[in-house]
Amino acid sequence: MTRGFLAKNPSVLIFLALLALFTLLVTVLSEGYGAGIVSTSFVKTLGKTLCLALVALAMDLIWGYAGILSLGHMAFFAIGGYAIGMWLMYARTEEIVVAALQQGALPATPEEVRQGIATQIFGVVGASDFPPIWAFAHSLPLQLAAVVVVPGLLAGLFGWLAFRARVTGVYLSILTQAMTLALALYLFQNDSGLRGNNGLSGLQNLPGLADTAQDAVSLWFFWASAFALGAAYLGLSWVVSGKFGSVIRAIRDDEARVRFLGYSVEGYKLFIFTLTAIIAAIGGALYYPQAGIINPAELAPIASIYLAVWVAIGGRGRLYGAVIGAAFVSLLSSWFTGGRAPQINLGFYTINWVDWWLVLLGLAFVCVTLFAPKGIGGLFDRFQGLHAPDRKGAALGPDDGSLQEKEALE
Amino acid sequence: MSAILEVSGVSVTFDGFRAINNLSFTIGAAELRAIIGPNGAGKSTFMDIVTGKTRPNSGTVTFGEKSISLLKLSEAQIARAGVGRKFQRPTVFEDQTVEENLTLALKAPRSPWAVLPWRPAPADRTRVQALAGQVGLGDALPRKSGELSHGQKQWLEIAMLLAQEPRLLLVDEPAAGMTLAEREQTTALLVDIARTRAVVVVEHDMEFVRRLNCRVTVLHEGSVLAEGSLDHVTKNQDVINVYLGRG
Repeated sequence: MTRGFLAKNPSVLIFLALLALFTLLVTVLSEGYGAGIVSTSFVKTLGKTLCLALVALAMDLIWGYAGILSLGHMAFFAIGGYAIGMWLMYARTEEIVVAALQQGALPATPEEVRQGIATQIFGVVGASDFPPIWAFAHSLPLQLAAVVVVPGLLAGLFGWLAFRARVTGVYLSILTQAMTLALALYLFQNDSGLRGNNGLSGLQNLPGLADTAQDAVSLWFFWASAFALGAAYLGLSWVVSGKFGSVIRAIRDDEARVRFLGYSVEGYKLFIFTLTAIIAAIGGALYYPQAGIINPAELAPIASIYLAVWVAIGGRGRLYGAVIGAAFVSLLSSWFTGGRAPQINLGFYTINWVDWWLVLLGLAFVCVTLFAPKGIGGLFDRFQGLHAPDRKGAALGPDDGSLQEKEALE
Repeated sequence: MSAILEVSGVSVTFDGFRAINNLSFTIGAAELRAIIGPNGAGKSTFMDIVTGKTRPNSGTVTFGEKSISLLKLSEAQIARAGVGRKFQRPTVFEDQTVEENLTLALKAPRSPWAVLPWRPAPADRTRVQALAGQVGLGDALPRKSGELSHGQKQWLEIAMLLAQEPRLLLVDEPAAGMTLAEREQTTALLVDIARTRAVVVVEHDMEFVRRLNCRVTVLHEGSVLAEGSLDHVTKNQDVINVYLGRG
C-alpha cells in the first residue's frame, strides 16, 4: 500500500472519502447517536445496502475482471449469514433458557440448559436435539471462522471440479445456478438441521445486549458494514491494479493465450472464485444481523441473478461501478416495493409500483445492455472525456466473457 | 549439437482422420528450422502437440537436457518449461497497454500467490523498455495494444515471446500481413534469436523461407516427406509432386 498506489488510483481516495463522509452524515442524523432525522429502520436499510455493495464488489471482480459470470455468489452470501446466525440464535436462546430455568428450585445442569436451547430452537421443525452442524454454535470465534472457512471450502471444491474440467461461459453460469438451487432446496428440508423454511430469526438481538436499544446496535452494524466495504474496496483495488489484475483481465479476454504464457488459468480462476466467495460470505455475515432473519429463499437462483444485474447496471469492470449499481438499484427497489412510491393513475389503470417495479427493473437492464453497456459508471467516463474505441464492433478478445467494444476505453 | 526437442513416432487421429502419422522430428538447442507443407499437412497439429493443446494417440515428445516428457504436462507447464508459441494471427491482450502485455510475458514466477504481491523492479521496467525498443515499440508503451496496426501487433507478440525467455520458439507464419521491409526485419530477428535458442518457423511463403537460409522440413499428410536445405528439398520429386497438387 505505497503512496504510488494511491497516486495512481485516485478513485480509491475519492471513494473512501465519500464513504467516510456518508457514514459520518448518517451517524450525525441517526436516532441512536444524532439528531434523529434518519430512522433506525432506514439506518438498517443503508447498512444492508453497504453489505450488498460489498458482495457486488466481489461479483465485479469475478465477472467484470475475470470474465466468469458466476450466478451463484449469493449462496456464499447466505452461508455467511447462516454461519453467524447460528451463533446469534444459540447465544440469545441460551440467555432466555438460563433465565427461565433460574425460576426452578434446583440449579440447572449444563445438559438441561443445552436441551432447553435445542427444544426452543428446533421445536418449530418438530425436533428437540442439536443436529451435528450445530456443534460449534456455542462459540462465537468458531462460527466466525465458519463464515470464512465453509464458503471457502465449498467454493474451492466447486471451482476445482468446474474449472479443472474447463467448464466456461454459459455452462459455468448454469452450473453455479444449479449449485445455489441445490443448496436452497437442501436447506428447505426440515431435517437439514437449519430449521427448514423457517430459517433463523431474531438475529437482530445481540446476546448480552438485551438492554441496548436497536438505535445503537443498528449504527454499530452500519459502521462495521461501511468499514468492511471500505477495506474490501481498498484491498481489491490493490489486487486489480498490479500484475494479478492484468492476468485476470487477460483470462477474461483470451484465456488460451494466457495458458501459453505459462499461467495456470484454472489456478487463477479457482483463486478468484474462492476469494470472491469469502468476500460475499463476509458481506452476508454483516447483512443478516441487520435483516434479522435468514431463510433458504435467500439462496434462490434469482438472488444471484439480481447481483449480476446490479453490476451490469453500475458498469462492470470498474469497482466503483459495482458499488454504485448495487446501492442505486437496491435502494430504488426498497423505495418502490416499500409502498412509498406514489401510484400513477392512468384513468383506465393504476400503476402500482409494488407490482410493476420488477418490470421496470427488467426494462432498465435490457436498456442498459443494449444502449449503455458501461452502465452508470459510463457517466464518469463522459465527464472525463473518455470514449470507447472504434473497433467496428469487435470485442477485445475471443472469449465469451471478454470486454465488449462499448465497455472498453480508448 | 544436442537436441532440445525430440518428437518420435507420434500419431494423432481426429475422428478417424490421421492428422499426424508416425512423425519424428528433432531440433538442436540453437537451431533455426523451417517447416513447410501444403494445407492439411499437419503443421498446426504438430505445434498443438508440442505445446500441449492436443494429446497424441501414440509416440513420445521430450524436451531439454533431462528429456522431460511434455505429454504429461499442461499447456501452462510446458510454457514454463521453456516452450514459447506465436500464433498465426497476432494475439495480444487488446484491452491492455503494450507495457502491461510485456510485463505479463516477462519471465517471473507464475503462481497466483507469487503474482499477487509482485510489483515491477527497476530492472523489470528497463527490460520491458528494452524489449519494446527492440521491436520498434519503444514510444508505444502506454498505448493500448488494440490500437496498434496489424504489423505492430505481430512485433509486440514477438517481443512478448522474447520476454518469456523460452528455449524453444514455435512461430506460426510470422511474415503474414507484413510489408517487405518488415519481413526483412523479421528474418534478421529470427536468425539472431536462433543463435541462442531453437526456433521452429512454420511458413507457406517460399520466398520467406529462402531468406531464413536454414534447414527445411517438408510435412505431407502428417509425416516428414523430406528434410535438408531448401535447394535440396525443392529438387526432391515427391516434394514437387505434392506442391503441384499431384500428391
